[in-house]
Amino acid sequence: MSKSDILARIRNSLIDVTQDDPVLDVPVDWQYGQATAVAEPIELFIERVIDYKATVVRAASEKDVPRLVAEGLAQAQATSLVVPAGVDPAWVAQAAQAGVELVQDDPPLSHQRLNEISAVITASVVGMAETGTIALDHRGDQGRRELSLVPDMHVCVIRTDQIVTDVPQAMARLAPSLRQHQPVTWISGPSATSDIELSRVEGVHGPRTLHVIVVG
Amino acid sequence: MTTTALPHPTRRLTPAPPPGDLLDTPKFPKSVKRYLGNSQLRANLRHATGTIRAKRARVTAELSNWEQLRQAGEAIKNRTARHLDVYLEQLEANLIANGAQVHWASTAAEANRIVVDLVKAKGVSEVVKVKSMVTQEIELNEALEAAGVAAWETDLAELIVQLGHDRPSHILVPAIHRNRSEVREIFLQEMKLYGRAAPKDLSDNPPDLAGAARAHLREKFMRAKVGISGANFMVADSGTLVVVESEGNGRMCLTLPETLISVVGIEKTVPTLEDLEVFLQLLPRSSTGERMNPYTSMWTGVTPGDGPQEVHVVLVDNGRTKVLADPIGRQALRCIRCSACMNICPVYERVGGHAYGSVYPGPIGAILTPQLRGTASAIDQSLPYASSLCGACADVCPVRIPIPELLVHMRHRVVEERKRKHPGLERTIMKVGGWIMGRGSRFGAVEKLAGKARGILRKDKLGPMPWPASPWTNARDLPLPPAQSFRDWWKSGQADNPFVSSQPAEEARP
Repeated sequence: MSKSDILARIRNSLIDVTQDDPVLDVPVDWQYGQATAVAEPIELFIERVIDYKATVVRAASEKDVPRLVAEGLAQAQATSLVVPAGVDPAWVAQAAQAGVELVQDDPPLSHQRLNEISAVITASVVGMAETGTIALDHRGDQGRRELSLVPDMHVCVIRTDQIVTDVPQAMARLAPSLRQHQPVTWISGPSATSDIELSRVEGVHGPRTLHVIVVG
Repeated sequence: MTTTALPHPTRRLTPAPPPGDLLDTPKFPKSVKRYLGNSQLRANLRHATGTIRAKRARVTAELSNWEQLRQAGEAIKNRTARHLDVYLEQLEANLIANGAQVHWASTAAEANRIVVDLVKAKGVSEVVKVKSMVTQEIELNEALEAAGVAAWETDLAELIVQLGHDRPSHILVPAIHRNRSEVREIFLQEMKLYGRAAPKDLSDNPPDLAGAARAHLREKFMRAKVGISGANFMVADSGTLVVVESEGNGRMCLTLPETLISVVGIEKTVPTLEDLEVFLQLLPRSSTGERMNPYTSMWTGVTPGDGPQEVHVVLVDNGRTKVLADPIGRQALRCIRCSACMNICPVYERVGGHAYGSVYPGPIGAILTPQLRGTASAIDQSLPYASSLCGACADVCPVRIPIPELLVHMRHRVVEERKRKHPGLERTIMKVGGWIMGRGSRFGAVEKLAGKARGILRKDKLGPMPWPASPWTNARDLPLPPAQSFRDWWKSGQADNPFVSSQPAEEARP
């Protein structure tokens, strides 16, 4: 059987390894989960997200979110919006009044139906200032993975207390979700490619418009 | 290379790759000739590698702890390799606990058979694929084609390569050898044969070309029942797989199909989730030269109600355990496939990836390929020599693989094997050389003789010479020895010894 063959070959290949404890055998000189010294993480986060050609707007408080959602959708001429079950209904109330069709994912939408919808709104779990990255763990207020992928516009709401300085701090916050078997998606700007002559093009298969609302 | 046209009893489902086997590539010095003469290729490569080098340099300089990150990456990968059996068993247990099915494949053929059987069991005639180096290595697409299943590449560059009846020439940007007008031609001619046609008025603007790919592939994503991926990392302590990408084609393939089959080399394992904080900084900055790649997907087996409900992981050896047996050579298994080494390599920049006769070109390919495939073929024997040993690759490697050291190590292995098989010319030359140099009088006599050559030939250097000198002299001028040897000059008393200058050193300075 190939499993036992492969493991036997590995063990034969590693006869020079005499220490059984991997941690003692090869020390890793690295402090996990350390914060990077960043003076203004929220400003840096916004700057770096914009750098990827995403749009970023700032809400002074949660009260401003409904207006900013409606304005963002209007700007992109989005006519329909997928709303995951856990999203605060207040966020999308003004957009609905302005005529945007709200679509629930219950029962789960088919790929084809989702492909006809202009936009999706999600919350998020963590933002990374140094890299301008937003992470989703796809719980109730973010919806299953497909929802934030197929529509051409992603409206993403993130609170300032969710923004950390860097990748190590973000991993520390995400590890519990991953250990509970939640899928995790990191998003750094809209979908992009550099495959033709290394010139960057925003917008391939994922949402071509990423609209980020920073609350607080 | 013989290119016998094989009769096709049935029409192919996907564009045919070029005929011939990569292993039949002639030895490197011969194979480069074909590419060095292609000025379009060289211009494309110069532009692309120059751009990506500058981006990488800029974003790696942004991090004050870059060197510590590299050291951590090196150590974590060493720890994994030296205890790979333990981590693989832990990984398997966690995958199974989370609803994934795990398969082990010793060889490419076995991996292909496993995937083909899984796909056939689903009763589908096509699959969508995320760009994956290991599926290139095992030539999975052709195995699927032979089984009557169309495998659609969905990464933009892989799509260009597939539709262009071509082979990848770079591990990150497989179509780096193509420019925009070539891509436009390929899309116009081929897309219509395999799905949605490119718009007739397609321009050669990269955004328009990307738009054509989006439209062409969208229908394939929507109907695909089976997705095939690789993985950049597999986390042993959680059973999480990670795919790092840019376009969203990866997310499509990982999320939309009902069944997901991930084919992964066993060396992609990392011990803990926390270790990802090191690699998710090293990889994007080293590969695309971005602070972060647009999309990273992490999944742990099956998530009820979200994404594929049938998840398979195929763990592939295909030579890796053989690489592991060489304590020096095994350092190549640290590679995270970022491509920084090929982007900085002066040899790669001039010849491109096809000359290497392997899916892994450039410096990493020159040390990894002959270890994975062995050194029986002409190309594999020559790959360790496909370098000037300048060392730029080692300086940029995010996991600090000492590539020049491994190149020399592999050269040694090639020579040792050759010596064992036929103790030929090289050994004779070394023996004769040893005899001459073993005594001063013999050496002096040979020097005198060699000095006469200059007078007879009326040259001070030699150009290309016939075999057996040709391998050396075809690429370099061989300077002839001076008319007077050092020994004669010293004996003649004319030596004005520069080390015993008559003037004080201070005064000699301007």
